[in-house]
Amino acid sequence: MNKVSKSPWLLHYDASSCNGCDIEVLDCLTPKYDIERFGIINTGDPFQADILLITGGVNSQTESVVKQIYSQMPEPKVVVAVGICACTGGVFKECYNIKGGIDTVIPVDVYVPGCAARPEAIIDGVVKALSILDAKQAAMSKDGR
Amino acid sequence: MVKIVFVLAYLILAPFLGALLDGVDRIISARMQRRKGPSLLQPFYDLGKLFSKEMIAVNNVQLLLNLSYLVILMIAGCMLFYGADLLMVLFILSTADMFLIMAASSDSSPYANMGASREMLQMMAYEPLTLLIAVGFYLTTGSFQVSDIIRADTSAVLWMPGLLVGFMFTAAIKFRKSPFDLSTSHHAHQEMVKGLTTEMSGTTLAIMNIAEYYEMILLLGIFCLFFINSTWWSWIAAILICAVIFFMETLWDNISARVKWKTLLYSCWVVTLVAGGVNILILMLDK
Ligand code: SF4
Repeated sequence: MNKVSKSPWLLHYDASSCNGCDIEVLDCLTPKYDIERFGIINTGDPFQADILLITGGVNSQTESVVKQIYSQMPEPKVVVAVGICACTGGVFKECYNIKGGIDTVIPVDVYVPGCAARPEAIIDGVVKALSILDAKQAAMSKDGR
Repeated sequence: MVKIVFVLAYLILAPFLGALLDGVDRIISARMQRRKGPSLLQPFYDLGKLFSKEMIAVNNVQLLLNLSYLVILMIAGCMLFYGADLLMVLFILSTADMFLIMAASSDSSPYANMGASREMLQMMAYEPLTLLIAVGFYLTTGSFQVSDIIRADTSAVLWMPGLLVGFMFTAAIKFRKSPFDLSTSHHAHQEMVKGLTTEMSGTTLAIMNIAEYYEMILLLGIFCLFFINSTWWSWIAAILICAVIFFMETLWDNISARVKWKTLLYSCWVVTLVAGGVNILILMLDK
C-alpha cells in the first residue's frame, strides 16, 4: 500500500498574513527543523501538492485565489491553517476587508494556533494532517476511485 | 545472448537504480546543507503516491506524450546497452526530448510554456557537443558501434579528455542540476513555479519521473563508454568513476546558483568549442 503520508508535498499560500507566520513556515525547512526528513517537499505547484498550508486570514482579494488553488489540488488533500489569523481572523478579524479564518472559504482539517505559530507547532500540525491524509486516501480507495 | 541480458537488465533495473541514485542524491544534498534529509527510498514513496493520486488531466494528449517520451527513451537506452550505433542513440535521445517539450506546451499554463521554450534552448546548447562526442568515439575507435567501442585496446578517454569534460558540463543540463536547471528544477522553488511540469500531476508526473530515471542511467552508460576497454577491470573502474561524476554533479548542484539562459547558451558553446573542438582537432590530426 502506497501511503500518501510517506511523501506529502506541501503548498504554502499567504492569504493575508503579516509575514510572521510565513517566516516560521520557512523556518521548518532550515537545518534545525528539516521537514524534508518526513519526505515533505515545499512545492509551489498546486497540481503536485497534497497539503495546502495557509497563513493569514482571507480577505476580499485572496478569497478567489484560495478557492482556485484548493480546486486545482488533486484528491486526497488536506488544508492546514497556520497562525491564529488563519484559524479565526485573529487581530484582523474586525477589519472591513477580512472575511475571517480560512474555514469561511474552504474546509480546513487542522488548525495550528499561535501568533506567530512556532515551528514545532507547525510541524506538529503537519504531522497530524498526515494521518488525516491517510484516512482520506483509505476512504478514496474504498469508494473504488 | 549477453546483449539481450544487458537490454533486459536495463529495462528492468534502470528505474530502480535511477530512483536509488535520486535518493542518494537527496541525502547527500541534505548532508551538504547540514540537514538529515529524507530516507533513501523516498523517490519510491513519491512515485507510489503519485500513482495513487486522483487523475487531473488538463487535456487528453499530455499523458500520451509523456508516455511517448518514456518509451522512446527506453528504446534509446536499449540500443545503447545492446551495443548498437551511438549516433543513432543520441538522435533518438533528442527525439524523446521533443515529446517532453510537446507535452509541456500542450497545456495552457504560461509557466509550462516558458519551461518548454527553455528546454528547447537547453537542447540547442548541448546538442552540438553530443554530436562531437559521437564523432570523437568514431575517430578514436574507428566505429560508431558501441559494441566495437567497448572492445578497443585502450580506454577512449585517453584520446578524448576534453570531450569528457564537455560531457560532464552538458550532463548537468540533462540531469537538471543547478546552475543549469532552467526548464524545471528538482528544487522546490523556481521563478516559474515548476516550469515544464507545472501542469503535470499524479500519473503524468510519475511517468515523467520514471523516464528521467531511464535517461539518467542512459547518460551514465555513455560516461562508462569513455572508460571501458577490452579488459575486465575497466568495467569496474568505469562504474566507480561514474559514481564520482555523479557526486560531482550533486556538489555542483549545491554550490551554484541558477544562471540566465544566455549565460547557459554561451558557456555551453564556449565549452563545446574549446574542450570539444580542440579535442576533435587533435584527434583528426593525430589519428
Ligand atoms: S498569527 Fe500573528 S504572526 Fe501569524 S499572520 Fe497572524 S498576526 Fe501575523
